[in-house]
Amino acid sequence: MADPMRIRAQIAGDKVEVRVLMSHEMETGQRRDNNGNIVPAWFIQNVTVNHGGRTVMSAQWGPAVAKNPFVHFRFSGGKVGERVSVTWTDNRGDKRTDEAAIIAG
Amino acid sequence: MNTSRREVLKAGGGMTVMALAAGAGLLRPEQAFAQVAWNKTAFDTKSFADTVKALGGASASENQGVRFASPTPDIAENGALVPVTVTSSIPNTESIAILVDKNPNTLAANFTILPGMDPFISTRVKMGQTSDVYALVKADGRYYYAKKEIKVTIGGCGG
Repeated sequence: MADPMRIRAQIAGDKVEVRVLMSHEMETGQRRDNNGNIVPAWFIQNVTVNHGGRTVMSAQWGPAVAKNPFVHFRFSGGKVGERVSVTWTDNRGDKRTDEAAIIAG
Repeated sequence: MNTSRREVLKAGGGMTVMALAAGAGLLRPEQAFAQVAWNKTAFDTKSFADTVKALGGASASENQGVRFASPTPDIAENGALVPVTVTSSIPNTESIAILVDKNPNTLAANFTILPGMDPFISTRVKMGQTSDVYALVKADGRYYYAKKEIKVTIGGCGG
């Protein structure tokens, strides 16, 4: 199981700024190990961010997203104390969800 | 949180509601099925034009409403970690994709811009070598792009 994500959701004006740092190898499938064998691709494919029962961000990724992916976006309609949850699914079917409370700006 | 039925419909939460709403034409398909199948065809493409086609567009036009914002560098010292930020001022922006022309596969990431989300995304990608990077925006079913060359000092696809 991958390490927890670091999620910061902070009010900025009438928006919520969300920054997420995920822990994932994001192996491209192009790289060879010391024995010359291709290291199989292993990367996050789907990311969704939910707030109050609705999806506020959704993405599909390929292996070209950098290792330990970072994403920053903003949405409207969030209030201090409400929770934002982030879920990723990778190409091996592994899945991880973490959440954080929205903090004041 | 007290979510009314109308908000649920608008936000597309819950599979049954999503399916019904999509069937009734209330939602754009990519919104209704945002969490479904990973688009393998699009991520397998090897050129900008093929990616646009795989995402459902006939062609894309360059548009100043699509911009790379700070911290997108002109020169990336480390191709394994290249920050890319994209904004769109085109009305009804539905998605923002990031493409790296000279990577083994062109499409790096595709973000769906959902209701309430700003047409802004910042992330980090890998670049194997110096390349044109495209920000591809879908708005009202049409495709628009901005292009920027990012020079890479050390490639990011090796060890």
